[in-house]
Amino acid sequence: MCFSSSPGAIFVIDPARVLAVYRRNLLVWRKLAPASLVGNVAEPLITLLAFGYGLGAFLGEVDGVRYIVFLAAGAICMSTTMAASFESLYSAFSRMQVQRTWDSLMNAPVELDDILVAEWLWAASKATLSGVAIVVVAFALGVTRAPTLLAVLPVILLTGLCFAAIGLVFNALARGYDFFTFYFTLCLTPMIFISGVYYPTHALPPWLEAVSGVLPLASAVNLVRPLVIGEWPAAVVGPLALLTAWTLAAFTLARWLTRRRFRHTL
Amino acid sequence: MSAVLRARGLVKRFGDHRAVDGLDLEVPAGVCFGLLGPNGAGKSTTLRMLLGLTRPDEGDIRVLGLEVPREARAVRERIGVVPQLDALDPDFTVAENLIVFARYFGSRAHAARHDPSALLEFAGLAHKRNARINELSGGMKRRLTLARALVNDPELLLLDEPTTGLDPQARHLIWERLRQLLARGKSIVVTTHFMEEAERLCDQIAIIDHGRSIAIDSPAGLIATHIEPVVLEIMPGRPGAALPPIEPRGAERIERIGDTLYLYTADPSRAAMLATLGDLRVLRRAANLEDVFLKLTGRDLRD
Repeated sequence: MCFSSSPGAIFVIDPARVLAVYRRNLLVWRKLAPASLVGNVAEPLITLLAFGYGLGAFLGEVDGVRYIVFLAAGAICMSTTMAASFESLYSAFSRMQVQRTWDSLMNAPVELDDILVAEWLWAASKATLSGVAIVVVAFALGVTRAPTLLAVLPVILLTGLCFAAIGLVFNALARGYDFFTFYFTLCLTPMIFISGVYYPTHALPPWLEAVSGVLPLASAVNLVRPLVIGEWPAAVVGPLALLTAWTLAAFTLARWLTRRRFRHTL
Repeated sequence: MSAVLRARGLVKRFGDHRAVDGLDLEVPAGVCFGLLGPNGAGKSTTLRMLLGLTRPDEGDIRVLGLEVPREARAVRERIGVVPQLDALDPDFTVAENLIVFARYFGSRAHAARHDPSALLEFAGLAHKRNARINELSGGMKRRLTLARALVNDPELLLLDEPTTGLDPQARHLIWERLRQLLARGKSIVVTTHFMEEAERLCDQIAIIDHGRSIAIDSPAGLIATHIEPVVLEIMPGRPGAALPPIEPRGAERIERIGDTLYLYTADPSRAAMLATLGDLRVLRRAANLEDVFLKLTGRDLRD
């Protein structure tokens, strides 16, 4: 199957080529999986255990549940977010700029849009894996055994897609790896602290809580937390719509910026 | 003979700079066509336009009968590209590099995807099948890049400075493989600034400067048309010594570059006389493509 390959603004992808690029990344990952898994899973896992049990012993209950149960939802979302970000920033940048993999692909019948979609789906896949790993751990430790846990999976996937798309925006703007430090330090870290990962957002000053309300990570946490506890979220449509809007806006921007970048360097 | 590639009136501007400025090219099937030009002449920009990666501001391109950039993807299914930088996948073995690349071509590269042995054999890399990329020498990497460009059994190969940075042995091996491909009926377009490469490999050469093609002919034709057949290079016997006043006669054209005098002549019999004039080093040689190139593009540095 091969659609038109006009380099204009029309968005056309060839699913077979997207899959081929995705499989390329999968094959590399299979070779490096152990190290990669440690990075993506170990850190949120340690956070969950250290804070959940350690701090939880002092805190007792937060919002009516044991702290480790409260924190599990945050850890799931944070793990997903971090994995999506690392992959769409450092790894995608390596392939785009350092190894020139993207250039090679474009000498084959693969278009920039195919590559971008493949990178996006790939980063979201890795993110999903990292999020699910925390779900599995929380389940295995008996932190939660709620049947509603299954409904967490689509939220993880959407969160992965969202932060992968945001990562690709910054990837398109980057001149070097150092640039990503800004994103992690100035965007992601504050977002994690005000999105209800470690403590409820109602603990924030009202204006900051309002800011938190429009952030994608807060939406993800608001959806995942009740599901981990074993309840259905009071609001579903709002957070889902917000996450989707962030995802689509970020991907559209990432595509525009990436095309602009390649128009100049090619 | 039909043309595998035809470009008319190509223009590409980067801001005020016209990187390609009204270029016409026509490459007949089955030939090796060289794009020769100094750095910044517009060779690489031209190649990227032929691939549909850069959109020309003016002009039209047809490759294998298809319109570029509109049908660029279909074109790239049927051609092979050896870029200036190898850009091999460092995480893969030699064989994996070929197999993974073949997947990007769909059914066109079915054979290579399932068994890259023939390509490895062709590239002289059968013994390195499972080696990692960082274990390969520069020449091996280049051969692997060439093999990678062949996964789809292309009708046309585009090579961007294929032997830059290689030692003579590696370079000759690449040339030999490219001649094998020509013998199999492939067409080749190659950019280079190695005159020897162009002279040995190419049936036709376009000399490009400032984004235009300033001469197109066979290597021998270019030499016959643009330059006298014999060159005498006259240097002082010791470096640093002054060149004694010489009144060369019989030379059609004389150039002085630093302490060296270049005499271009159709009648080399005067060379012997010059040699007796004193402490001089006289090098007598046949005119080559480099002389044509320097005459047409000038001797100024292009950094």
